Amino acid sequence: MNILNTLITLAVAAIPFATALMLGTTGEILCEKSGNLNLGVEGIMYIGGAFGLAGAFAYEKAISAAGHIAASGEPASSGFIAIVIAIICAFASGAIASLIYSFITITLRANQNVTGLALTIFGTGIGQFTGEYMRVKQGGFVSLSNHLKHAFSTNIFGPLAKIPVIGPILFGHNVFFYLAVIIAITIYLFLMKTRKGLHLRAVGESPATADSAGINVTRYKYAATTIGGGISAIGGMVYIMTTAGATWNHEGLSGVGWLSVALVIFCIWNPLKAIWGSALFGALMIMYLRIVVSSVPTEIYKILPYVVTTIVLVASSMRNNKEKQPPKSLGRNYFREER
Amino acid sequence: MTETPAIELKGITKRFGSVTANDNVNLQIFKGKILSLLGENGSGKTTLMNMISGIYQPDEGTISINGKQVSILSPKDAYRYGIGMIHQHYKLIDVFTAAENITLGHGSGRLDIEETNRKVKEICDKYGFKIDPRKKVYDMSVSEKQTIEIIKVLYKGAETLILDEPTAVLTPQETERLFDILRNMRNDNKAIVIITHKLSEVMELSDNVAILRKGKYIATVETSKTSPKELTDMMVGYSVSLNINRPKYIGAKPKLSVRFLSCRDAEGVKKLNKVSFTAMGGEILGIAGIAGSGQKELLECISGLHPVDSGEIVFTPDENTRIDLVGKSPTEIRKAGIGMAFVPEDRLGMGLVGSMDMTGNMMLRSWKDSKNRKSPFIDKKTPEKLAKEIWEKLGVVAPSTSFLVRKMSGGNIQKVLVGREIAQKPSVLLTAYAVRGLDINTSYTIYNLFTEEKMNGTAVIYVGEDLDVLLELCDRILVLCAGQVSGIVDARTATKDQIGLLMTKSGRELKSESIAPAGGR
Repeated sequence: MNILNTLITLAVAAIPFATALMLGTTGEILCEKSGNLNLGVEGIMYIGGAFGLAGAFAYEKAISAAGHIAASGEPASSGFIAIVIAIICAFASGAIASLIYSFITITLRANQNVTGLALTIFGTGIGQFTGEYMRVKQGGFVSLSNHLKHAFSTNIFGPLAKIPVIGPILFGHNVFFYLAVIIAITIYLFLMKTRKGLHLRAVGESPATADSAGINVTRYKYAATTIGGGISAIGGMVYIMTTAGATWNHEGLSGVGWLSVALVIFCIWNPLKAIWGSALFGALMIMYLRIVVSSVPTEIYKILPYVVTTIVLVASSMRNNKEKQPPKSLGRNYFREER
Repeated sequence: MTETPAIELKGITKRFGSVTANDNVNLQIFKGKILSLLGENGSGKTTLMNMISGIYQPDEGTISINGKQVSILSPKDAYRYGIGMIHQHYKLIDVFTAAENITLGHGSGRLDIEETNRKVKEICDKYGFKIDPRKKVYDMSVSEKQTIEIIKVLYKGAETLILDEPTAVLTPQETERLFDILRNMRNDNKAIVIITHKLSEVMELSDNVAILRKGKYIATVETSKTSPKELTDMMVGYSVSLNINRPKYIGAKPKLSVRFLSCRDAEGVKKLNKVSFTAMGGEILGIAGIAGSGQKELLECISGLHPVDSGEIVFTPDENTRIDLVGKSPTEIRKAGIGMAFVPEDRLGMGLVGSMDMTGNMMLRSWKDSKNRKSPFIDKKTPEKLAKEIWEKLGVVAPSTSFLVRKMSGGNIQKVLVGREIAQKPSVLLTAYAVRGLDINTSYTIYNLFTEEKMNGTAVIYVGEDLDVLLELCDRILVLCAGQVSGIVDARTATKDQIGLLMTKSGRELKSESIAPAGGR
């Protein structure tokens, strides 16, 4: 029973982190399915985190400036509205950042890897700037009120979470976890069950074929990259609002974006696999806090996700399975052959 | 003829810079008829058809569909007018099923794959295609992929089908099946154009033949009222002999014997499986097989470019000497004094350096020669002389020997390559798809060069794809099927069907019965 308890606590504790990963990964899968390898996820998630926090913070300040103060002495802000605002701000900022990436790689046809790395640097910079600007302006500390923090990380099914074993596992999470699962399933259904999804996959496999079939390659690439970036950015916001405690600190995202890129490979570009994959990665990431073996340094724990990814990568390339491969034109820009 | 043509071209001219690809071409395509478009390489067949299918626009002239003048600005326009073209290079997505590929680009909303499967099946039943809509493209043979391309066009509702050299990659049996399907379509009142340069197919399949020569329209004739000879003369512009001279070399001796040769590719997939044969000096040994059956690996193993797993390759310059070639690099083979010449499939990648001139390319073979060894400088005179010789003897169309090889046409590039390889007086001459993409005249020049080499006592190995040519040119034909020798036949008595069967899996079962020992000394 003790082991089971440990495992349940581990699973539950892993979920906030896993949610950020899941959103980051799902967004990147959508993007990569169009053949765009966006290495700027870290930057996009950074931007999403900073702007999501900024949005919620600005909302709360506006409420407080309007004089609505609750009995507890905190601003009478609504948790629901704050969450919606944070999601919209994160999505919009991430989508705009991805739009820059799209313009540079799809329209101007610059190298995707270089552009992605540049976007990471750019996004980290913008995120840091926004976060630090808010912090300095607030006199050294920017944070939401306690009841908003609670709204962002509380479980939404309340009493259901008290059911033994399955309760905490199924119903014990914050709203973003369920949102992320819904998004992952929706993206999966879109890719596999709709004509637009088929067309998008065709663009990622062979843009020339898609083009000759009358599919607008540019439009699909732009849409997938922009929406995917927006979804990834929500993941960044979730990280800042839950794991990082809804405050801005200097650490920022500490590599969640990179982990998402790795997770895309781990999931073999399947959003459904991202659901349990991110839970696994989330558990691996926080294992050093929960299952402590004194002789093993925490650094060893922290490299586990990357070790797993490497093993999966090697195994999948050795297996030579035609289905479980990256989209064929991933990382390549499309030039319509002019003869 | 009073009937309105499905498509009529009048005075079509198309220029690319200073080159006129089509010059005042008139053409009529009728419903319920198969038209062959015949012409040498570079005669403008594909360009002309690309104008009908919306890839290019003509500079002059008009295109009419069912009597109405139209302008076709894009492939989409062409589809609207019911014109579908099946290109030589298939545009398919490997990880999709047949049905997914066929339905790609149609509609939006939910993807009802069962409905698509049903529609595909309908088209298949109507014309006699045999394809499983659920099969993934990466599991398909070339002929199946071609089938998908044709169904794709029919699915879009095409009334006129244009096929660009559809038989180039098919076995005779597959070709026969394709022809049956095309005849079914003709009976369904569709207009069909087939671009080809294989005369036997023209005669067998088409109702009419239109001939282009150097971009100019020559004539359209009824197939039943013409002969291959007449067609060739019109195509080339003067009378040519269509027979390949095949003299018999007296006293042929074994030159190269391969025993149980096996090899793998970089991914570890077995490419050759216990291949055994003997190549005789004074003989052309043809190698037939579906593309990718191990032809390339076989030649590369012999020439020392590909690692051998097991087996032996023994060179026997005379009865008492045996030199094992396994494990030797091309340089070592050369040092051992074995004249091994190799005309690879990839002319500009493996054979020649495109950005060098003829002389420079000759030097690739000669720069290490003993005469050069003593001097620190390279000897440029000898290769220059050789380049000049080849230029004159083979009639390479280039302003001079210092013309960059890359800028030459395919035929001339091949002349340079074959010329250089033969000039080293080889004992073994390995050639892969030596006439691919060449016009009739150049092809015959190349055939004659190989025959000449054979009569010099060289063992010539000729990997080819055109079975008619293999049967006429070679002395014996070795058939490869999935890396195994499925038979070695006498080219003077074998038939196309026999080789075709050996090329496919069904040939493997045949092997045990009729062609028992595949050794063939």
